Amino acid sequence: MTLQTQPSEPHATDAESNLELKEVEGLSQGQIVRKRFFRHIGAVTSMIVLVLVILLAFTSVGISLFGLRIPGWWQYNWNEIPPVVDGGRPSAQHPFGQDTVGHDIFAVVMRGTQQSLMIMVIVGIIGAAIGIVLGSLSGFFRGWVDSLIMRFTDVIITIPFIIAGAVIGAAFGNLGAAVLGLVLGLFSWTGLARLVRGEFLSLREREFVDAARVAGASNGRIIFKHILPNAIGVIIVNTTLLMAGAILAETALSYLGYGVRAPDTSLGLVISDNQTAFQTRPWLFWWPGLFIIIIALCINFIGDGLRDAFDPRQKRMPSERAMRRRAKVAADAAVLRGHESDDPAHAGAHGTVVDETPAEAGGPDGDEPPIVRGDDPATGR
Amino acid sequence: MATFIIRRLIAAILILLAATFLVYNMVAFSGDPLEDLRGSQAPNIQQLIEARIRLLNLDVPPPLRYFIWLSGIGGCFIGQCDFGFTIQQQPVVVLLEAAMGQTIQLVTISNVVAIILGIVIGITTALRQYSAYDYGITFVSFLFFSLPIFWVAVLLKEFGAIGLNDFLQDGGAISPVFIAIFTVVTGLIWASLIGGDLKRRAATFGISAVATAGVLLYMSTTGWFLDPRFRIGSADLTLVLVGGFMLAAAFGVTAILAGFKRKRPLVVGLAVAVLGIVLYVPLQYTLLNPSVFVMSIPFLLLLAVVTVLVGVGIGWLFGGEQRSQAMKVGGWVAFLSGFVIVVDRIQQVWQPYSESGRIRGRPIATIGASTPNIEGSFWVISLDTLTHLLLPSIALLLISFAGFTRYTRASLLEVLNQDYIRTARAKGLTERTVVVRHAFRNALIPIATIIAFDIAGLIGGAVITERVFGWNGMGTLFQTGLNQTDPNPVMAFFIVTGALALLFNLIADLAYAALDPRIRVS
Repeated sequence: MTLQTQPSEPHATDAESNLELKEVEGLSQGQIVRKRFFRHIGAVTSMIVLVLVILLAFTSVGISLFGLRIPGWWQYNWNEIPPVVDGGRPSAQHPFGQDTVGHDIFAVVMRGTQQSLMIMVIVGIIGAAIGIVLGSLSGFFRGWVDSLIMRFTDVIITIPFIIAGAVIGAAFGNLGAAVLGLVLGLFSWTGLARLVRGEFLSLREREFVDAARVAGASNGRIIFKHILPNAIGVIIVNTTLLMAGAILAETALSYLGYGVRAPDTSLGLVISDNQTAFQTRPWLFWWPGLFIIIIALCINFIGDGLRDAFDPRQKRMPSERAMRRRAKVAADAAVLRGHESDDPAHAGAHGTVVDETPAEAGGPDGDEPPIVRGDDPATGR
Repeated sequence: MATFIIRRLIAAILILLAATFLVYNMVAFSGDPLEDLRGSQAPNIQQLIEARIRLLNLDVPPPLRYFIWLSGIGGCFIGQCDFGFTIQQQPVVVLLEAAMGQTIQLVTISNVVAIILGIVIGITTALRQYSAYDYGITFVSFLFFSLPIFWVAVLLKEFGAIGLNDFLQDGGAISPVFIAIFTVVTGLIWASLIGGDLKRRAATFGISAVATAGVLLYMSTTGWFLDPRFRIGSADLTLVLVGGFMLAAAFGVTAILAGFKRKRPLVVGLAVAVLGIVLYVPLQYTLLNPSVFVMSIPFLLLLAVVTVLVGVGIGWLFGGEQRSQAMKVGGWVAFLSGFVIVVDRIQQVWQPYSESGRIRGRPIATIGASTPNIEGSFWVISLDTLTHLLLPSIALLLISFAGFTRYTRASLLEVLNQDYIRTARAKGLTERTVVVRHAFRNALIPIATIIAFDIAGLIGGAVITERVFGWNGMGTLFQTGLNQTDPNPVMAFFIVTGALALLFNLIADLAYAALDPRIRVS
């Protein structure tokens, strides 16, 4: 195999980095992120589905919040009791069926979806706000502020979310979904605070922070205008995951009886109420569960799409077939030019530097060739 | 090392003190512990209220009452634990002892299975990135991740248990449609997993489909599900099957840990497997026979340790130049062989168990942690526990397994893209060495942390699962306590889960240090 290569030859690795550079040429970070996000089919589909679910839930049975009442287009309300049609089986009049009393399950599920979505958003906002503030203070000021906040985080993290939620729910559950979401948010920020702190610890050592300080920026301005926008990826991704967790936690709490209480309703509560009727009226059970899964699945996929979009190390790996095709083109081109083709898989390898696998460094069974240079996987970026 | 552990332990105790203080007050302020008595019409109501106030020190405000509770817990250090009384005047220690075993069993089994499955599937998806298998598993794990656990649990209880029991009661014959679908799906998974060009995929699909269909047909026609013994005609060929598994374990473990280039590890693996086969029959008449020897869980664990040590010892004796690899192979093969023997022993009691008067051919249980008043040998009791554990564990492990798969995949992909992996390949190391020795060990570092953190969440999930399946475990202790604004049982629950969470955090830090030589714990 010859190692003589010509710059015009399309190697797989070159093609990869060229492809990537060309893609982001002349775009702002926001544009790059948006472009990458919209490339993620699962995430985009999930976003559309989620928007549809939100529209359906809020327009169908209307909005009822703090005494404000806007009716929706659906003929029944979640607390209305129309006569039972056909033993409550799903029909044109009641597409999701009715329960033993006669509640229209479509209306009940829509109301439950509203409640769950609302709690999810409130928990997300509160959790993110507290997590960002505590994490950035901790990472920016370090020292005693850091130890104080992190020990406090350790204390809260020791209490499993469902336990904290149950105890809070037992006390505040009857005050309505908004209050419940608010108090649950007070216990959901721990993971985000740790991650934001980690980001701040590395970002505060960067030159642009020094530059801002030399220019006379105050601490608050450095934190919120300079460092925070650079940590936005971590924050957004983890807030979506926090929200996906929140909706599962809320439905679980309502199921256990510590969440939203009757006369209002929630998806978890509908399942809990109708669990014993599973043999006779399975539709009471399928629909609320399906909506929980749709919402949680959509949020998780959107979070995945955002993670891909924000990850600066993210490379769009060409598929195996594309690689092979490119290799074939390269080989053909080489044959046409009349000399032997390179193996595209190895052409770009840095064959002269021998790195060390960190886990092997102290390993007892080292039958490897001599080690030339250590590499740090922790600082891989 | 010792100073590190001691420092961390002291920090953990302080954190636990603060957290318990917080939770105690939250529970105490969440309602009125005298609520049921205030509405009661009993003539001696004043006395009852006073008795309860005296028993639970309700006249002391909660922040101070916490310290009364704490002094009782402090007694644990001098051997006299006092977790206080419940509202019903039962000592909490007694309740906790009964509840803890069940919950810990459930959490341990589902966690261990979830970790093994999650890591194995995560690795295979990372190695077959962007294949149909990868996309399929990615979607499935996202789906599991989004499942509400109580919903899955109810579905499993209603569909899983009733469906399986009906299937067993009807003679355990699998329907041809199911065989066809299962065969095609398994074939597709294997074809996508092993990969290669179209011809090779087709061959893989064919072989695995024929094998799957054959096994299913055999199981269906011979009533294997009613009596899981390997028989052809009247001949009991269990030893052949058990031996086959042991030899397969020897080859499989060698393929993963050592490769076949050098002979010694394979020879050691096969020697251990043959030892297992030779010991199989004598064991049936001695240690595994309930009328000769009374088995117990601690002794079984001791046996497992001894088995692994024997395997490692054989590796040490005959390993030659590849001693360290041979010892690993020997230990793993010994462990797997022992596991096969135990599984086989439990299978032997399956038929008598499910046909017994208490079970009446419907062995998959949906309520409780064991059949009430069941009697029998250690193996019958174990089987009974397992049939009760089956569905709750599946419900619990589905969700944590999805997380582990994702984390393992992400972590391994991250490592596989590092320069040192490229270097290892460029040096000409085999793919096995690159993946197992260079990539996997480094990928384990972040996974160790995730697993430790997941324990706390799993206990939260156990609370819900226990409720659906009517277990009388720690979740019930917690819930009844909370419903009656009774801090003592709630605190008993929390101190166990909190201590477990902190303990696993410490273990994660130590695992970090063991896996990554750059981290020094001091």
